[in-house]
Amino acid sequence: MSPAAFPRPDIDDLSAPYWEALGKGHLLYQRCLSCGTAWLPARSQCPGCLGPDIGWVPASGGAKLISWVVYHRAFNPAFEDRVPYNVAVVELDEGPRLISNVVGLDPEQEICAQLHLDQPLRLAIRHEQGVAIPAFLRAPE
Amino acid sequence: MRGEVVIAGIGQTAFGKLPGRSTYSLNAEAVRHALADAGIAKDRVDGLFVKFPTSRFEFMYGQKLAEHLGIVPRIGGVWDQGGAANASLVGYAAMAIAAGQCEVAVVTFADNPKSGTRQAYDKAWGNDEIFGWFGIPAGYAMIAQRHMGQFGTTPEQLGAISVVCRANGATNPRAQLRKPLTLDAYMDSPMVVEPLRRDDCCLVSDGGAAVVLTSAGFARREGISAPVPILGFGQGQTSWEVALRPDLTTTAAKASAQTAFAMAGLTPREIDVAQIYDCFTITALMSLEDYGFCPRGQGGAFCASGAIALDGDLPINTAGGLLSETGMPGLQLILEGVRQMRGTAANQISGARTCAISNQGGVMHTHSTLILGQ
Repeated sequence: MSPAAFPRPDIDDLSAPYWEALGKGHLLYQRCLSCGTAWLPARSQCPGCLGPDIGWVPASGGAKLISWVVYHRAFNPAFEDRVPYNVAVVELDEGPRLISNVVGLDPEQEICAQLHLDQPLRLAIRHEQGVAIPAFLRAPE
Repeated sequence: MRGEVVIAGIGQTAFGKLPGRSTYSLNAEAVRHALADAGIAKDRVDGLFVKFPTSRFEFMYGQKLAEHLGIVPRIGGVWDQGGAANASLVGYAAMAIAAGQCEVAVVTFADNPKSGTRQAYDKAWGNDEIFGWFGIPAGYAMIAQRHMGQFGTTPEQLGAISVVCRANGATNPRAQLRKPLTLDAYMDSPMVVEPLRRDDCCLVSDGGAAVVLTSAGFARREGISAPVPILGFGQGQTSWEVALRPDLTTTAAKASAQTAFAMAGLTPREIDVAQIYDCFTITALMSLEDYGFCPRGQGGAFCASGAIALDGDLPINTAGGLLSETGMPGLQLILEGVRQMRGTAANQISGARTCAISNQGGVMHTHSTLILGQ
């Protein structure tokens, strides 16, 4: 049996700047030029004021850990050889939140023993099947 | 509107694995039993409110089901709020009756994910598959982790909910899973998505259930034998993506309950028994907090104190809930609320005069509350 196809992001005209910037080493988020609301993922209108004037802004890379889970069984066959693995909710210093992974953990230790709520993180873009995606390392407290 | 609309009848199929049964067949059986229970002829039904089968979306399901049931509704259709939909549909049906849009309404739901497909439950959330972010349990686990870190909620406290629901299911002849659970066995059950174990997760079930609603006036005129008045209802909603919620440990249950309690003119202390949606233990724990049955952050201690057991201050999920009676999304909790108010439940709470019922959908995206009385 051939290995399960690894999922790939669904990149469209709206989200292309986000993925292209990651490929160049930058994590962007969107900010409304009218009301200043900041967010991810990409939208064509501001979720605050519904205005159409939106800019892409580079994130500083500073972030904190809002919560995380550890998968002990794979819900997609492509992840079967990765369990146990973590998925995290991360909040950028600028406010937007995203789903990501905490990387750089000690594989000899339990994942949960190495993480805590609101832990400082910093951006470490990694490549997954040729796609640049945001990941985060633990940062000094 | 408090008490203007009543639940006149309830009906259900068996719960469990029912191979070879279509959702139309399961709905029809549940509706037949509910109408018989109400003592209302099918040709009096002029409202049909349907939650489509969660496991498989089907275009114009409400109209196909109406044809299957031989009902020509004046008002109705399908409503999509995941597991909150059934309680919400009871509210919409009540409003339709009060507004003169129909006289007798049926709310019905059936699904067959145990013998059919359950792919809808394992899908990715948003565009985040590449991070390995899949499945409904993971969304609840993400919320549970935050609750545990923020308030010190423990696995043993979550397990107390499973133990109570399984004990109640064990003494309910209709329950799908009638095997009691010890806390030790709960702790030994395998992690699915940490911090949630297998026994934090509800059953997967085939089955159908239905309720018949009408006005209190119709019930009096027609001599309905055991009408149960709807005292209050409410709803709340939050963002689709779990990651985008500004506060993971307050849920849409809060707004939903506030609306329902205000309509009923009751406070949480005046509720005698509750049916709290328990697709995962954390859901029930946080709903108890958001409803005001215990302070925020104290849900774990409240559940572990014995308060939610049959002999506690607030017995919950007296038929076993989603963890033991059936994994059906919510309508069974309304049926059990009706039985408690009629005094006919398998685990009847003596003297219970008010019942709060919670339904919720997605990953705490949607919440809906009903308060029943006598």
